[in-house]
Amino acid sequence: MTKNVAVLHNADATTRLGFWLYLLSDVMIFGSLFAAYMVLRHNTAGGPSIHDIVEPSTVLLQTIALLASSFTAAMAQLALRFNKPKEFMQFVLATFGFGLFFLLMEIGEFRTLIDEGHSWQASAFLSAFFALVGTHGVHIAIGLLWLMVLVYRLRTRGVDDNFKRKFGLFALFWHFLDIVWIWLFTIVYMFGAAGI
Amino acid sequence: MDWLIGRLSFDYLPQVPATIGAAISMPVITVVAIGLLVKYKKLGWLWKNWLTSLDAKKIGVMYIAVAVIMMLRGVSDALMLRGHTASAGPTGEGLFDSDTFQQVFTAHGTIMIFFVAMGLMFGLINVVLPLMIGARDVAFPWLNSVSFWLFFAGMILCNMSLVIGGFSPGGWLGYPPLTENQYSPGPGVDYWIWSLQIAGIGSLLSGINFLVTILKKRAPGMTLMKMPIFAWSVLSTTVLIIIAFPILTATLGMLSLDRLMGMHFFTSDMGGNPMMYINLIWAWGHPEVYILILPAFGIFSEVVATFARKKLFGYGTMVAALIAISFLSFIVWLHHFFTMGSGANVNAFFGIMTMIIAIPTGVKIFNWLFTMYRGQIHFTSPFVWFMCFAVTFTIGGVSGVMMAVPGIDFQVHNTLFLVAHFHNTIIGGVVFGFMAGIAYWFPKIFGFTLNEKLGKYAAYLWQAGFVFAFVPLYILGLMGAVRRIDSYDDPTWVPLFIISGIGVVVILAGIGMQILQFAVSIWQRKQHVDTTGDPWDGRTLEWSVPSPAPHYNFAITPVVSRRDEWWYQKKTALRRPHKTEYIDIHLPKNSSFGPLIGVLATAVGFGIIWHIWWLALLTFAAVVVCVIMRTLDDNSEYTITAAELFSEDSKRFVTKRKAVL
Repeated sequence: MTKNVAVLHNADATTRLGFWLYLLSDVMIFGSLFAAYMVLRHNTAGGPSIHDIVEPSTVLLQTIALLASSFTAAMAQLALRFNKPKEFMQFVLATFGFGLFFLLMEIGEFRTLIDEGHSWQASAFLSAFFALVGTHGVHIAIGLLWLMVLVYRLRTRGVDDNFKRKFGLFALFWHFLDIVWIWLFTIVYMFGAAGI
Repeated sequence: MDWLIGRLSFDYLPQVPATIGAAISMPVITVVAIGLLVKYKKLGWLWKNWLTSLDAKKIGVMYIAVAVIMMLRGVSDALMLRGHTASAGPTGEGLFDSDTFQQVFTAHGTIMIFFVAMGLMFGLINVVLPLMIGARDVAFPWLNSVSFWLFFAGMILCNMSLVIGGFSPGGWLGYPPLTENQYSPGPGVDYWIWSLQIAGIGSLLSGINFLVTILKKRAPGMTLMKMPIFAWSVLSTTVLIIIAFPILTATLGMLSLDRLMGMHFFTSDMGGNPMMYINLIWAWGHPEVYILILPAFGIFSEVVATFARKKLFGYGTMVAALIAISFLSFIVWLHHFFTMGSGANVNAFFGIMTMIIAIPTGVKIFNWLFTMYRGQIHFTSPFVWFMCFAVTFTIGGVSGVMMAVPGIDFQVHNTLFLVAHFHNTIIGGVVFGFMAGIAYWFPKIFGFTLNEKLGKYAAYLWQAGFVFAFVPLYILGLMGAVRRIDSYDDPTWVPLFIISGIGVVVILAGIGMQILQFAVSIWQRKQHVDTTGDPWDGRTLEWSVPSPAPHYNFAITPVVSRRDEWWYQKKTALRRPHKTEYIDIHLPKNSSFGPLIGVLATAVGFGIIWHIWWLALLTFAAVVVCVIMRTLDDNSEYTITAAELFSEDSKRFVTKRKAVL
């Protein structure tokens, strides 16, 4: 029995390390996109600059939603640890709701920009903007899909060590996206609003 | 119809005789091969034992097989290039028009780096790394299979361009704005992007997989500083892969956003910045050349120690040199474009950093020489490859240090001098290293050694061919011949180009010799059977198991207490393990998802390249579904019982002990 537990623990640590390394590689993808944004952000080709398109109130609301979903994800993980399935489901639902809200707001922001004629084709700056913010958005969408698969798994098979490990990885991913958003918020939106 | 078949049309079928031949022969060969498999009822065997296998050794062999086939294509491209330049002087017409010539050099570079060098590298790592560190398998066996199949999908897309659509004209790194829609509207650049993108994601996943394998799967007692140097070299390489390959993914992603969605990252108008692409691609590209060479260094470290019958000289400095090279490889990328005009200070920084890389590399060369010093050297074929390497690679390194001086680089930038330099390091270093590795570890996988005499002839032919093919290019480069040149009017260049062409033929003869070597060795395999599991009197753990290595690698997990554990173990005590020492082990079951994801990824790429959006979306969704289904499968392992292991292993132990004593 003890031997089996040891093996499982080892598998757990292996997967976690692998996932951390994946996150490192994702940092490099975002790093490249941030670098491209920094290089191109003033190349507006006569179109709007970031200062012209940033809407502080929208972005603030998005940020609050994403931070809240990160908080509820952490709470869900705690509920899982202390074996409280009902609370766990509530927190998962909240995480999903906040995440979806964030994504819908982002899509709305993109649609407004395109309707105003400021699509990604309008300038190098807008290309970099849409690609950077959009890549984060795609990650959020993947996270939401992942969460749905986890809930399906929970419904069909209940909670086991495997599930706990998988949810732990999801939580890691979700917090990582939060950190990326903090960078986005600072470098794209705050610098933009301040006109730096 | 556009929604159904995108921009596919008969206009994209090949028009030139050479490409028509390739376009017809490739599908024909594929169909004939499948037909033969069906006729001899081997399709099921292939599927069960190879294609769906999650055994790292088998995945490794498949990587090497694909890489060898692709090498034949890459070398024929080289032959066409040099055949063209030998005949396209002031008097001749050459073989191709400029457009075809451009596609051929792009295909040559892309194939050689991504599908030959990377394939051989991952192949050898898969084959020996787990054995070497006393592991039963890699950390994520299923991911390993997916990585291979993504590599395979990229290879298929790259070759498909021959049949329909043509390839990119943009060189192996596809510099914009040439590769933007404005100048290359056809599907060629998209073939290039998506074959690299898909194979590159496979490489990234492999990088993560092997780093975790090294950090988490080592045998008990094997601390990092007790690992064989090959394992250290793979550790360095995988760190580079994890940091560098995402930059390639992002850069190719931006280029394809430009092409598919009309963005302006690298266009020459609307604020785009083509030089940013060149910075980004080399921020990946320079580490990439070290990704290729470090495992070759690791192989030579094993080969030299084994055949000098001495422990490796300067283990600690070897490790330090690997780490130093890995670090420095990220701060030299700008030396690929000193002429961009970054200013004297920036160029000086990158020039000095580039020169500094020569120091750890030199440390390694001297360590190998000192390992040979007073050793009992056995001149086997892997060792012959090493000697060819030591001379050739050093010359290549020296020409590299020359070009690290920005002033000299301004003179030889983008000339054939540069082409000679990097072939000098890649053929002399990477290719010779992987050839040594294949000769060295072949018996561990197949249970018999390769014909030594033919192997040595092959090495000598490669070496001689290299000299003939590339020394003229150094001279031509100094005379002002730019790289990728397809016509010239200076009659004094003609003989040099002809000599270079002859050199390619000699290299081709070397490859022919290797094919003959394989054929003869398989024919005479009974005479070359390796009954001991340790044909070279090796030092590391892979030689402690029988040849061919059992699919579970080790019946009992080895315990390590020092470097070169096996060397000392066999010299002191080789004890028959007691029945109670065997325990049940768990191994991953086969999975059909690998080949399935390979086919689907090919279809995703094909859909995007030809703008068949329904196909791309549908198959991409299918890939996602495959991954989700796998995560929901908790029953992916099977058990080998202790009793089975005991009965298999004790039979083998008798012959092994006989051989060692």
